[in-house]
Amino acid sequence: MEDRFNAYLLRSEDPGLDSGPLAGRTVAIKDNISTAGLETTCGSRILKGYIPPYDAHVVTLLREAGAAINGKTNLDEFGMGTTTENSGYGPTLNPVDSSRVPGGSSGGSAAAVAAGLADLALGTDTGGSIRCPASFCGIVGLKPTYGRVSRYGLIAYANSLETIGPMARTVADVSALYRVISRPDPRDTTMQGRPYEHDPVASVRGLRIGIPAEFFGAGVDPRVSAKVQEAIETLAGCGAVIVPVSMPSMKYALAAYYITCTSEASSNLARYDGVRFGPGGESQRSWHDAFTAVRGEHFGEEVRRRILLGTFALSAGYYGRYYGKAQTARANVAGDFERLFGSVDLLAGPTMPTVAFRLGELADPLSMYLADVLTVPANLAGIPAISVPCGEVAGLPVGLQLMGRRFDDETVIDAAAAFEAEVTA
Amino acid sequence: MSDGQVIIGLEIHCQLDTKTKLFCGCSTDYRDDGPNTHVCPVCLGLPGTMPAVNRRAVEFALKVAKAFHCEIPEECEFSRKNYFYPDLPKGYQITQYDRPLALGGHIVIESEEGGEKKVRLTRIHMEEDPGRLVHCGGGSRARYSLVDYNRSGVPLIEIVTEPDLRSPKEARRLLAKLRATLEYLGVYDYGKEGSLRVDANISIAGHDRVEIKNISSYKGVEKALTFEITRQRSLIRRGASVDRETRHFVEARGTTTASRSKVEEHDYRYFPEPDLPPLRVASWVDDISLPELPDARRERFMSQYGLSVNHARTLTGDLALAEFFEVVAGDDPLLVATWVADILLGELNYRDRSIATVDVARFRSLIALRKAGTITDHSGVEVLRAVLDTPEEPASIVERLGLAVTGEDIVASAIAEVLSEQPQAVADYRAGKGNALNYLAGQVMKKTRGRADPRDVGRRLTEALAE
Repeated sequence: MEDRFNAYLLRSEDPGLDSGPLAGRTVAIKDNISTAGLETTCGSRILKGYIPPYDAHVVTLLREAGAAINGKTNLDEFGMGTTTENSGYGPTLNPVDSSRVPGGSSGGSAAAVAAGLADLALGTDTGGSIRCPASFCGIVGLKPTYGRVSRYGLIAYANSLETIGPMARTVADVSALYRVISRPDPRDTTMQGRPYEHDPVASVRGLRIGIPAEFFGAGVDPRVSAKVQEAIETLAGCGAVIVPVSMPSMKYALAAYYITCTSEASSNLARYDGVRFGPGGESQRSWHDAFTAVRGEHFGEEVRRRILLGTFALSAGYYGRYYGKAQTARANVAGDFERLFGSVDLLAGPTMPTVAFRLGELADPLSMYLADVLTVPANLAGIPAISVPCGEVAGLPVGLQLMGRRFDDETVIDAAAAFEAEVTA
Repeated sequence: MSDGQVIIGLEIHCQLDTKTKLFCGCSTDYRDDGPNTHVCPVCLGLPGTMPAVNRRAVEFALKVAKAFHCEIPEECEFSRKNYFYPDLPKGYQITQYDRPLALGGHIVIESEEGGEKKVRLTRIHMEEDPGRLVHCGGGSRARYSLVDYNRSGVPLIEIVTEPDLRSPKEARRLLAKLRATLEYLGVYDYGKEGSLRVDANISIAGHDRVEIKNISSYKGVEKALTFEITRQRSLIRRGASVDRETRHFVEARGTTTASRSKVEEHDYRYFPEPDLPPLRVASWVDDISLPELPDARRERFMSQYGLSVNHARTLTGDLALAEFFEVVAGDDPLLVATWVADILLGELNYRDRSIATVDVARFRSLIALRKAGTITDHSGVEVLRAVLDTPEEPASIVERLGLAVTGEDIVASAIAEVLSEQPQAVADYRAGKGNALNYLAGQVMKKTRGRADPRDVGRRLTEALAE
């Protein structure tokens, strides 16, 4: 099938195996996940031509499970963006409406699944990068609990926030893919040894679901709010107990997120110096000038902006004011969630404040950062969160976001399955 | 005045002698192999790789911390030190910053006055070694540089002392003690090229401090500090000020030179390494038992073998030497201590050889010949040299060179000859000048070409003179 939406950066023909839990099922892999022998660029010109000599742990698991890996998908460069327009290889289009963005940064994976080019896809979620495109493209996407899927082979953007996760057209498929990729890996020592081995039970009967007022505040499109409120009523109709709650730390979440992710990125992206891989090589200049030239030439604008922001935030004299303070705010967000999960089992709200933007609509970086406000809290706290389609506004998909306790991805998936069953029945 | 107190503090980097690197499974045994043969995606810093801590390396570091009486916090943490350099594959070094493995502690050395001195430690932390640059075409005029990542990721400990050292000699003693202790602990091999690197901070009281970077041997440290003291004192004597700066040690010339660029003024932007959870070492520490360390062994050598403090200190100052001594001590440890500490070591130094190269069996035979009185100390040295330089057995050397202690008649005739040839000395002796006896004995020894036992000669000469 033709890739009319520029979902893929590279397509491959791997038949997979005849047996195994994913035998013969096609899986698209976001191009920030290392694949031995397949060019892996992170959507960046600075990794043009880089062919990893090793597979990420999740890729090894997919191959063992019999999956047919059918290519590497487009993304915002190094995962830095909310639209998949910041790719060094052109934007991906939304299969629902090709004048719109698919969301990001896992826009290629979402588009591949939504367009039927792949059964399943792997995305990565640092501040909403799985859930946002799932919401915009009308598919299901799970950001697992931090420490449940090995990051070995995931090209780091912001290590303490990001996780690899499953994307598919149904909750059952998301669950099946999650089962395969959550196996232990001694190479990622931030893993907690808690593999996901659950079969979804489509039920919310008796579950207490908190609705944080802050998820329906200023900046959220009232039509999106209304659609999500309908979805919450549907859950209530299935036997869930709806509880209005408040999350005061939400107002610091976005700032804490952007300081943390840019700081980590400024360090993670230091290795792209042209010495060992990617463009660069022979230079008549001193090493310092050669590094500057390679990085200045091949990093995109948003990447350079985030490296500069993060470098500043970590500088001597500013560390306490920015990075240090962001960690305090982050702890407050996690504390808020923990308090709320003392009295509710799940939290629900919109995944994104709006439906998919038009291509080029989010021209200034700040308005793009603001679009992440509802997804970043889950990353700051490391909790599981899923986006499941809950209808349309003006013909564009809206996503319902369900968040759960750390390592209780099972309840999140069960609730999403229950909702899905109810609306597709 | 320019003779203010010298103040020295050291930052010492030692490679831990683990089989594999700190964050990956690559072998650390790379010195005889070609460049970039002991590398993997992790130590090359390929995108997507993650570090996993080598528990053995942490245990080695904990041993060191325990041996030097450090406080070991229940939890420590790795941080990233961010800077660009071509030998640094990730653009940052994983090290420890505000939560190191160990704090405080001390190392005991022999002070200038001969007593004991406690040099306080600030901290001990772990970090990874970077790769190595090879400049093709020589020095600063090199046309290009190549990078060898074999060393990248080798575990290091950095030991930071308080500014408690007062002379280059004390600095050298501290390093010798450190090396001995690390070798006793089985965590370090000084013999491996590049296994030790020292930064030294030195100032003259009341003046600014200078940092000397990257000295790679403890003899180098003593040289660099000695040079630096002279340089700083002469600046002060001339009324000039000592600049607060970083200098490099030029091994070949034994001098230090100012670093050229300000690029070295880094802001390292430390932050906790997000890929490594904090390390809870509390329970590991309890499982660590220490072997006998140099100080304890020195005390034991004195009590068990009756050695002098100097002999005991010398013999325990190096693990291989102490082991060698205990193997050959036999039933005359005092004789063996003298031979090993006072004679063998000098011969080895002269040849730039290590104790490990000495053939234990032949050294034992040599000691047996000396103990039986077959050879004298003097001719024993000659036998020892042959033992070190050839594969010949001591008994055969003695026979070939005719070094066996001579019969009485030769000593007697030599004494008779000397007494008749040296009437003045004989007169001096009789006039009560004690030195004359030594002179005469020397003459006798000369005539017997050292084959006589000096104590025997002394006794018989006295008898002859009394007649």
